[in-house]
Amino acid sequence: MTQLPKQTAKKLGLVIDLDTCVGCHACVISCKGWNTENYGAPLSDQNAYGADPSGTFLNRVHSYEVQPEQGTAQLIHFPKSCLHCEDAPCVTVCPTGASYKRVEDGIVLVNEKDCIGCSLCAWACPYGARELDAKEGVMKKCTLCVDRIYNENLPEEDREPACVRTCPAGARHFGDLGDPDSDVSLLVAARGGFDLMPEQGTKPVNKYLPPRPKDVMPEFNVLAPFLEPVATTGTGFAHWLDKTLSALPGGSK
Amino acid sequence: MHPAPSVIIFTTFSGLGFGLLFWLGIGAITPVGWMAFIWFTIAYLAAVGGLLASTFHLGRPERAIKAFKQWQTSWLSREGICAVATLLVMAVYGAGLVFFGTALPLLGWIGALGALATIFTTSMIYAQLKTVPRWRHWTTPVMFLTLSIGGGALLAGQVTEAVVLLVLAGALQIYAWVTGDTRLARSGTDMASATGLGHIGTVRAFEPPHTGTNYLMREFIHVVGRKHAATLRVIALVFGFVLPVVFLLLPFSHIWGAMAVVSHILGVLALRWLFFAQAEHVVGLYYGKR
Repeated sequence: MTQLPKQTAKKLGLVIDLDTCVGCHACVISCKGWNTENYGAPLSDQNAYGADPSGTFLNRVHSYEVQPEQGTAQLIHFPKSCLHCEDAPCVTVCPTGASYKRVEDGIVLVNEKDCIGCSLCAWACPYGARELDAKEGVMKKCTLCVDRIYNENLPEEDREPACVRTCPAGARHFGDLGDPDSDVSLLVAARGGFDLMPEQGTKPVNKYLPPRPKDVMPEFNVLAPFLEPVATTGTGFAHWLDKTLSALPGGSK
Repeated sequence: MHPAPSVIIFTTFSGLGFGLLFWLGIGAITPVGWMAFIWFTIAYLAAVGGLLASTFHLGRPERAIKAFKQWQTSWLSREGICAVATLLVMAVYGAGLVFFGTALPLLGWIGALGALATIFTTSMIYAQLKTVPRWRHWTTPVMFLTLSIGGGALLAGQVTEAVVLLVLAGALQIYAWVTGDTRLARSGTDMASATGLGHIGTVRAFEPPHTGTNYLMREFIHVVGRKHAATLRVIALVFGFVLPVVFLLLPFSHIWGAMAVVSHILGVLALRWLFFAQAEHVVGLYYGKR
């Protein structure tokens, strides 16, 4: 059924630290690697070695330049995958019931056997979290590695999403955001985690941690008081050249 | 939004077909025998042809039958059910006219209401999307309904009704364009809210996630289709509304009537191209585009 559950027992999701992410795309690769050979249809590529390569990815890393009013611009790497929204618009629009949100943990999944590839769920998602696979004709999306997190065949430390497991910077965290005492919830509270496009009313489970404010280094030298003041009047060839050039019409003073 | 030919053909011709079924259903014209057969064939070719075209944009068209299940939440499902129910009811009504020369008014009215419901549910597939602020507005369903009923009246030879409805549709379309052009900007969704980085400064897309293109950019960011938007708007208005009304107001002849229909269809095709090409999906903001 494409009706959303009133509430879910858990709210499993990711917390992504924009302060720590270095933009290495390792999460993109590990995601594609795991998910192309596990849950559901493979993630196909088209013209992978040609002039115009394209393919299905469940996780992509954007990079943004943010220019503050004062100071230098910051470059912020921005991984984006399904946010497993509480009020997921992609689920309710599905005509076949292929898209659903799990009552037990809140993960949004696609039953690919029922998907007709109408793309309406991708239209309804403001985040671009769903991609229609060009080869299989079914909708692909992040499963939160549902086939890893409960998988007792894997060592315990591997029972988390592939992107989290692989992140070399520790910028990705996985846990129950419905439990206020969980590590991820405490992290979100401590760092002021935020929602993407809150005005869309989707209530995303995944949270983003803002970049920490940049340190401002004052221009200060401990030796400054002991140094001779810089000469304002000069001598020698450089001084003569400076004066002569400044005297020319249009010369800089 | 990618203006897929299958979806443009679907909305244009299904709209006209169900519009014609509406006028047939309410008994505006009650042809019998062969004449009824011709009228209903035209209506069904347009309506069913459009619906079939819409399945071409499915990734898995062979599973289309599954789309009737989720009527409780999905407008697409509701549309499918309304369309099939209307076509079945009107088939019985049409059979009465073709084979027995009798109109069953109650059945006709049920079919006419079904035709309206089909057009409305189609429009709500688009109007429900918060992600496309231009579409999420009362003008979307009202435009779809006015255009379909107006086009149906034109096909059914209901001259006065067609003139009134086409003039109304043209005026509504201008209103929808003028107000729609700024609706994304007024929606409150921008790069700052998309990234949550607006508190630091001005956000600019520095580097996309990949060197090539992807499904999202092909489906939702369609800049090329907007290149001739202003010209296409004029063409759509002239062909869709102005010329048909002029043709209808001329002393009646079947040639002018046919010209009005052809012109109207061309205009609506242009209009639907713009409807999709100019739809600005908020996901484009992540790519620094609209």
